[in-house]
Amino acid sequence: MTLLGEFSLWLALLVGSWCAVLSFQGRWRDRPELARTVTRSTYAVFVALVAAAVALWVGLVSHDFNIEYVAGYTSRNLPSYYIVSAFWAGQKGSLLFWAVVLSLFGVLAQALTPRRYAAFLPYVAGVTSAVVVFFVSVMLFAANPFERMAFTPPDGRGLNPQLQNIGMVVHPPMLYLGYISLTIPFAFAVAALLSRRLDAGWLHAIRKWTLVSWLFLSIGITLGMWWAYVELGWGGYWAWDPVENASLLPWLTMTAFLHSVMVQEKRGMLKRWNLGLIIGTFLLSIFGTFITRSGVIASVHSFTQSSVGYFFLVFLVVTGIAAGTLLYTRWPQLEPEAELDAVVSREAAFLFNNLALVGIAFSVLWGTLFPILSEAVRGTKITVGPPFFNRVNVPLGLLLLALTGIGPLIAWRRASLANLQRQFVAPVAVGLATLALLLAAGMREFYPLVAVALAGFTAATIAQEFWRGVRARVRMHGESPPLALARLIARNRRRYGGYVVHVGILIYFIAFAGMAFKVEREATLKPGESVEIQSPFGHTYAFTHVGVSQYEALNRVVSAATVDVRRDGKSLGLITSEKRQHVDSFGRPTFEPSTEVGIRSGLREDLYMVFAGVVNGTEQAVYRFTLNPLVWWVWFGGAVLVAGGLITMWPGAPRAVRRAAVPALAQPARELA
Amino acid sequence: MKAGRKFVIGATVIVVSVVILVTQGVRETGVYFLTPSELAERSARDSTFAENVGFKVGAKVVPGSIRRDDAARTVDFQVSDGVRTYPVTYRGLVPDTFTDANDIEVIVEGRLGRDGIIRATDVLAKCGSRYEASYQKQA
Repeated sequence: MTLLGEFSLWLALLVGSWCAVLSFQGRWRDRPELARTVTRSTYAVFVALVAAAVALWVGLVSHDFNIEYVAGYTSRNLPSYYIVSAFWAGQKGSLLFWAVVLSLFGVLAQALTPRRYAAFLPYVAGVTSAVVVFFVSVMLFAANPFERMAFTPPDGRGLNPQLQNIGMVVHPPMLYLGYISLTIPFAFAVAALLSRRLDAGWLHAIRKWTLVSWLFLSIGITLGMWWAYVELGWGGYWAWDPVENASLLPWLTMTAFLHSVMVQEKRGMLKRWNLGLIIGTFLLSIFGTFITRSGVIASVHSFTQSSVGYFFLVFLVVTGIAAGTLLYTRWPQLEPEAELDAVVSREAAFLFNNLALVGIAFSVLWGTLFPILSEAVRGTKITVGPPFFNRVNVPLGLLLLALTGIGPLIAWRRASLANLQRQFVAPVAVGLATLALLLAAGMREFYPLVAVALAGFTAATIAQEFWRGVRARVRMHGESPPLALARLIARNRRRYGGYVVHVGILIYFIAFAGMAFKVEREATLKPGESVEIQSPFGHTYAFTHVGVSQYEALNRVVSAATVDVRRDGKSLGLITSEKRQHVDSFGRPTFEPSTEVGIRSGLREDLYMVFAGVVNGTEQAVYRFTLNPLVWWVWFGGAVLVAGGLITMWPGAPRAVRRAAVPALAQPARELA
Repeated sequence: MKAGRKFVIGATVIVVSVVILVTQGVRETGVYFLTPSELAERSARDSTFAENVGFKVGAKVVPGSIRRDDAARTVDFQVSDGVRTYPVTYRGLVPDTFTDANDIEVIVEGRLGRDGIIRATDVLAKCGSRYEASYQKQA
């Protein structure tokens, strides 16, 4: 099977390179049959890569431990779903996963793009094939997943216990899907530049793709937070680790792009900015892969350090230079069609939103790279951590939250005073009322106060929009309110889906503000001893150590420590946290021991318990207890955000009106200069 | 044109505040990342360095140097880059990856006491490359 796999990779490399060369050389513009060859070769590449993926999966499932990758990431006693997920658990397999999925997206882009954008497709095929070729060459020349060893170990090493978690089965593929699907909008941007079809056509062609990537990135990041929270055991979900930052960066620029395209569609402005954003987003996704896999920046959860990172660095630089040059040569053709009419207008609000998002992205990038930058410039390595990121990003995030409320309410072009009054009186009142309520409740911390008050304001603007829309439908069509609400959303999916996403975002903000109040306490307890902790909501929690038990499970030896929890004297039951020593099928230990956190989740606060070990073989246990306020709302906000994203993406009935707005793309493209 | 200029003013305010936030943030929260040798050199050059300046040290744990007091939740160990060795004392829970095995790389955040002992406020441990090391020795 490895032979088949390796052969398929070489085939994909050859066909893909051929496709890219034909595409960029451009002869197909006079020869339709050649254009078809270019687009269809993406299908051939896909078939070859699927064969390679099947080969690796067969190796994993059949426990062929002679294959280094199989021995490195699985073992005989590994539960079967982790054998499936071992495909993307390691460096080499994840590269193959990436290549297959990218190739699938390339094929889907060819098959699903409406005919009127056909002129872009051979270029799109060229760009996707070039990226696929890059990934395949990394595998073939630096990280071959089919590599065999000189000997066959009797059992594999098993999967890292921290990856043996359902979050880790789905989080990486989600994040990868987000990263990978970014290639398609990038490919269309390059196609628009190469073909000089620089009107809003390419934006319409990629609308769904941008939403899909954004949604996958959002899901991937949220699942990553969940995994870090339940598995890493430090008591939070976001540590501003370089790897986390790397996933956040393209999300930020993509979010900016989703807003700024509306300005181009409506007013013909920001053409250069939008192209720059989409190119930048793609480059950031490659950059993220580079820092995750090269080990240039110290991170707690990095891949094995290897030369693979430098392939990505070279690819990043080459792509950056090529795309930058291309954008530069088309610069004069990207004149804006309109100017800003007023600074109090929807387009100006979007511009400020874009600046805030890009500002956050810049500071995150700067902070992540600072150890390298400071060493290069001043000769001393200086690192910045969570205090830096919070300090810079909290104010910017709050500006963004305010704009989330303001932007959708301001009229396009120029907002009148009457418009502003009509829109803002009620929401501002709600925001102030929220603030007063919190102050009355005794909250005095500045940023959390501002965050929740702004969230109240923004929630009120959104509620007002829904209320007005429903009321208008009830009056005009005589519908019942629930039907009017359903139809309102169904008829304006992009707008109201967007509002639902905003609701998700403000729930995140409230949840993040809650983390400012977390309480932590470490304790060494004998059986029967207890520790009391005051919660920010005014409850008193008592944790009583019950005991430590030991037992063997499928692929691990477990010590489990149990505490009895009482809130204000009332029993809440037991929480258990485990120390696990994973073993192979011969009972020999693999990996270091790992901790399984005990969590009792609630709407107000999570009780988060880490069992750190026992004292010299006695039943005296060492614990860390954390009260994490509002964590549940992060996951809930994520669900709302995904629901909103799905609404905006849901395919609507075809509309004749839309089509008229899109210039015909049927005539042959001009030759490249 | 007037609107354009107003917008530029607004944009400049945002850009300038981002730059100020970033530069101030780096100045006030930035932490030196040093090897034990660099730490020795710095504290020898600058007598106020000990106790006053927070830093991170990236180094390997000296095998066999770990002394744990589980009941008091303190750990004492030594870190070294092969040239200079520093004793470290830490009160708190160490991560699972901090074990007595060889070649544990740690990042210790803290301050240097006058007595030459690093008082750690945080200890991060990195597991080395996991698979290659264990099997290639057998091969």
